[in-house]
Amino acid sequence: MMDAAVRTLRSDELIGTAEKLLAAGGRMQMAYAWYPRASELEVRYVASRGSQSPFEIWRCETNQFLPSLANTAPLLGWYEREISDLFGLKFEGHPQPQRLVLHAGAAPVAPPLTPNYPRDVPVRVDQTRQPLPEVAIEEKDVQLLPFGPVRADVLESAAFLFFYVGETILHYHPQLFFKHRGMERRFEGLSPARGVVIAERISGVGSVAHALAYCQAVEAASNCIVPTRARFLRSILAEMERLYNHLHYFGHLCHTTTLKVGEAEGKLLEERAKQLNTRLTGSRLLRSVLAIGGLRRDLAPEGWLHGELDRLRAAFGRYAKQMESTASHLDRLITTGKLDQQTAFDQGATGPVERASGVDRDLRRDHPYAAYKEVPPLVAVRDAGDAHARAQVRMAEVNASIALIQCALEILPRGPVAVAYNIRPKSEGLGWSESPRGTLFYSVHVGGDGELMRVKIKSPSFSNWRVFPFTVHDSNMMDYAINEASFGLTIAGCDR
Amino acid sequence: MPQWTLFGLLKGKQTAPWPLRDGADGQAGFLGMPQYHPELCGDGCQACADVCPTKAITMRAAESASAGRLDVDYGRCIVCQLCTEACPSGAMATSSDWAFGVREREDLVWQTNGGKGGDVHAEARRGFRRSLHVRHVDAGSCNGCESELQALNNPFYNLHRLGIFFTASPRFADLLLVTGPVTQTMLSPLRATYEAMAEPRWVMAVGTCAVSGGIAEGGYASGRGLEGVLPVDVYLPGCPPNPAAIIQALLMFLDRAPQRVKGGQLVK
Repeated sequence: MMDAAVRTLRSDELIGTAEKLLAAGGRMQMAYAWYPRASELEVRYVASRGSQSPFEIWRCETNQFLPSLANTAPLLGWYEREISDLFGLKFEGHPQPQRLVLHAGAAPVAPPLTPNYPRDVPVRVDQTRQPLPEVAIEEKDVQLLPFGPVRADVLESAAFLFFYVGETILHYHPQLFFKHRGMERRFEGLSPARGVVIAERISGVGSVAHALAYCQAVEAASNCIVPTRARFLRSILAEMERLYNHLHYFGHLCHTTTLKVGEAEGKLLEERAKQLNTRLTGSRLLRSVLAIGGLRRDLAPEGWLHGELDRLRAAFGRYAKQMESTASHLDRLITTGKLDQQTAFDQGATGPVERASGVDRDLRRDHPYAAYKEVPPLVAVRDAGDAHARAQVRMAEVNASIALIQCALEILPRGPVAVAYNIRPKSEGLGWSESPRGTLFYSVHVGGDGELMRVKIKSPSFSNWRVFPFTVHDSNMMDYAINEASFGLTIAGCDR
Repeated sequence: MPQWTLFGLLKGKQTAPWPLRDGADGQAGFLGMPQYHPELCGDGCQACADVCPTKAITMRAAESASAGRLDVDYGRCIVCQLCTEACPSGAMATSSDWAFGVREREDLVWQTNGGKGGDVHAEARRGFRRSLHVRHVDAGSCNGCESELQALNNPFYNLHRLGIFFTASPRFADLLLVTGPVTQTMLSPLRATYEAMAEPRWVMAVGTCAVSGGIAEGGYASGRGLEGVLPVDVYLPGCPPNPAAIIQALLMFLDRAPQRVKGGQLVK
């Protein structure tokens, strides 16, 4: 396996090993479970020891329970709850042993990712409305506002509970996973080539990042070396995705600060970027291009994309300057939704969110893939940790993405864009990409017949949704929408 | 704030003349639904059916009276273009066809002589020809459809000028616009939203997931689209349908534009 080493641990070694990793400056990335054989459950932990050192994978066999690592590395709390819901495994000492992915009304006949769960049988969900939680505090002034899952405007479905007094939010609880589609199970039993179109449809606005991480995971499992031109075009596609996502972000952020012209401009620039996507690939979301071993077909960005990006950069420059000099806009952003560095690190913030809180990580630079070794990104970091810092990081990233694409275009070599690959039976691979919203991992396990046995997806929004409430508790209602927009969260990728 | 006014004015008019007048619809280069040419289809070949991830293309039973060897259901197509790459003879060809909004589900299924093209329900919808209020519900989409729905209100498409508005409350809505395959958990909020709408009310399925379940069909958590969940008045497949396709389908619903697809084929 490429760039990742597998270690086997006993369950009683887990906590000690994790503590040592953290003390040495490392970080846990994710945890997931799978069945190597029908009767044998194994939990995998992915850890990183920092920039340029390979990822570490810890495997731990188990039957009934494992010690929880959530008290050692808090960000693992959600992964353990997900494993409990979908595999029925218990974690001893978990601080929040409630359900996460399955809702309170769901009554599966068995945990849905276990081998004895009948295929294609829907989990029975109690369709009566679930009772709201009791307002835990004795004070009569505390009120509960349930909001969602159907919210105003064109938005993804999620429900939020606000416990508040007047303007002040005491406690905030997002209820996600209304959109859980069971996508990881869709890959199982398919040949790896068929997984690409599924990966493109896990999170629509992250089609490239998902398909790229998936392809790279399979390529790692099959020792496939992608041709140079395909690697460069992959970087270009990934940055085109970052561009339209970040431009959308500014349109939405201005919407929440009621900067009408700013909202229109952000959305207009996003539309321009999507039309460039169409011209390049035939798809506004850059779908149907990536394939295992390279690309499905060659693209022709030569001769026109450079100039179009020059125009986009100039337009964005004027727009950014205008936003950065509007007091009413900045007033709403500065000090709003402050996330300190320690919380960002402990709770697993990722992407522009962690970089705005002074955590300097970026997979493109730290664990380069595609053509990021030849054309490295300029990584923007801010320390303030507020909504303004999160916006500034993305502003810098828009310019860095344009520069990166133009640089890649300068040295884009000619040549083939696809290479043949052989799926090795009983192999596994880890793939990753730095999506517009942060780190994205795919872990792929291939069975003895060359078919997919397990595909685990770690999306950036799964990480950032866990962090987000820490910035909402003790804030106020007026700032909520602005704060949420400044995180730039999606729900589809988180819920899967 | 005056600088923003100037900033906006200096931009000039950014809205596309389409669909009110001829002009660019912003879809240049867009790869739409693959076009089926049965006359080019080779004997013994089933390459397209083999690669189709959603069974939109299946081999037709030999005794079928209709011509052609394939059953093609655009209501299941996720526009992944795999069939166009697998086809050795050009029988499944790339196209720029995206205006796939239809009133009857069977008009998305390819038929030799074209389909019936859907009745115009003008009588029942009198009074809804001008302004329309739409409530959107995401019933488990990948966020691709939302991305394109949000684009409707950007200055380029500027949906408001057509008298079509998204509204927050289902009480004010005439049309329920649903995306996603309808997950088990979204089933009851979706039904509750529909129930909260005043009659007369209509439903539009946007995106292949809402039409048939798409790539997310079935499984332990997902549904098979709106079929059997709510009565559907407009079906618009696409993965995702582009903003122009959504506008075209909305105008078709209002009888302000013709239905372009009949029997799975674009009417010239």
